[in-house]
Amino acid sequence: MSASPSTAAPPAADEAGATAAKDQRKRGTAKRRPVSRRGELLTGYTFMIPWIIGSLVFTVGPMLWSLWLSFTDYHLILGGDFIGFDNYTAMFADPMFGRAVKVTLVYVLLAVPFKLVASLAVAMLLTQKRRGIGFYRAAFYMPSLIAMSVGIAIVWKALFAKGGPQDQFMSWFGWEGGGFIGNPDVSILMLVLLSVWTFGAPMVIFMAGLLQVPGELYEAAEVDGAGRWHRFVHITIPMLSPVIFFNVLMETVHAFQLFGPAFIIGGTAGGPAWSTLFYTVRIYALAFVDLRMGYASAWAWMLVLAVGVVTLIMFRAAKNLVYYAGEDNR
Amino acid sequence: MTAATDAPRVVARRRRTGAERAKSVAWHLALLAVLVVVLYPAFWVLTASVKENSDILTNLSPIPTSITWENFASAFDGMAGVPLWRFFWNSFVIAALSVVGIVASCSITAYALGRLEFPGRKAMFAVVIATLLLPGQVMLIPQYLIFSEMDVVNTIFPLVIGKFLGLDAFFVFMYVQFLRGIPRELDQAATIDGAGHVRIFFSIILPLLRPAIVTSSIFTFIWSWNDFMGPLIYLHEIEKFPLPRLLQSYNNTEAVSNYGGMMAMTLLSLVPVVLFFLVFQKFLIKGIATSGVKG
Repeated sequence: MSASPSTAAPPAADEAGATAAKDQRKRGTAKRRPVSRRGELLTGYTFMIPWIIGSLVFTVGPMLWSLWLSFTDYHLILGGDFIGFDNYTAMFADPMFGRAVKVTLVYVLLAVPFKLVASLAVAMLLTQKRRGIGFYRAAFYMPSLIAMSVGIAIVWKALFAKGGPQDQFMSWFGWEGGGFIGNPDVSILMLVLLSVWTFGAPMVIFMAGLLQVPGELYEAAEVDGAGRWHRFVHITIPMLSPVIFFNVLMETVHAFQLFGPAFIIGGTAGGPAWSTLFYTVRIYALAFVDLRMGYASAWAWMLVLAVGVVTLIMFRAAKNLVYYAGEDNR
Repeated sequence: MTAATDAPRVVARRRRTGAERAKSVAWHLALLAVLVVVLYPAFWVLTASVKENSDILTNLSPIPTSITWENFASAFDGMAGVPLWRFFWNSFVIAALSVVGIVASCSITAYALGRLEFPGRKAMFAVVIATLLLPGQVMLIPQYLIFSEMDVVNTIFPLVIGKFLGLDAFFVFMYVQFLRGIPRELDQAATIDGAGHVRIFFSIILPLLRPAIVTSSIFTFIWSWNDFMGPLIYLHEIEKFPLPRLLQSYNNTEAVSNYGGMMAMTLLSLVPVVLFFLVFQKFLIKGIATSGVKG
């Protein structure tokens, strides 16, 4: 699921360490220091035992194993051998790879911007001082909690079925494309809309960020005659840029990994006509339906690579685009 | 202000409040429009669950032509002879174990990473941060092979073991962040009084971590309740299915003939999450705002 470093309280990574060292010095004599150090070493590792075992067995170990698997043609029942880069070359010749990449990229490029623009717009409305904010905020946040559930995916299927609410609504405007669900040209929009529906989660983070922007900046700008749009572009956006960066990063990373709703709506084949064949759904089908675990591992590592590259590019871009108040050397 | 006589001032003020009111109305109208769109799917499933089977797909209005409780009756019957409460219970057991595991393991891991000084701490913390962004799919296949080697496939063990080992990087990170806000003087005072790390952890840190514990428990419960991929891979017998697996199988097999039952079941499966949210929403939203969780 989802997880994220904080923006509201960015940690100075070394701060804790530095304070600890200072404390040590303050605490006392050279003689006592090694003792308490050793005490911390022992306690530290004792407290870390579950995590260390867990990481070796269930995260770090499996990562290395799957890297190895990606160079084999391992099949759950038939077994397999080392085949070098064959999986990776096969992948590029596999028509399913192109389809899955296309579907996933289209989704990321549509869902992330629309969701974030919606969430920022509503967040700005909700940071005005008015009655009912708590109610709206809670109501808008709720979809974020249930959107990934199978129940909502099933409701979504019904809403976008032929003759369903979306079909009827759009036929008022002369659209005769039927329900999104059977139409490969637009079926991806169901998932985009499902994502936009959860705008409440980034909205709450934007709201926290907006409240941090000092009011004097707006007052000063108003005195200088800056209009609403100018204030938005020259104050809100720069002051909010760390939060924007955080939301863009997390939403993008998560969008690449969409699974549940895509699986329920499109099935393992990503129907209709592969139009909802998400990358992770294809990994699942390869590994747990076809049992081609070596090949599926190669797919999974391509995803890691892609997400890694996208993350790196974003961090690079952030260096120039994100403004951290109080830091002059930007 | 100085030059104005009384009369124009009153008029000006009245005009301003008029404009204020218009603004306020516009504000509420804009948000209500958003609200209608956001709540529409919920409203739709609510009424679909009491519609006649034929009514759901042919009558497009969300208002039912007649109300029937048949759908709920058939939903409570569950699937393949297994009653619905059984699936609720299965979901509940997994969610409850997850909550216990997360709180126990993440708090001790975070204490070590956030408060103690030992070689390798920074490297371990870096691993935690790296797993925050790492796509979990890459570990899925070897994890499955390990669990089938351990002969625990088709049990809930694979679904909860990670929670007991502090592998939920996000919550470890959240706890560490929270720990940094707790003054170290408290630990030091306790140390001077002769308390060891175990004592400090249980009698000082744990009670102060309470807000983080509450937030993480709520999120863990809801995420575990919604989790689909884990049960899809590891659970294969219908008696062991949690709700998401039930809904998926029902959707594949019986929904064609009993669409209303499907809708009622869907609605019932969402009720606990929504209730949970309504009760804890203040905690939740504060938690997200300060730690940046995404639902």
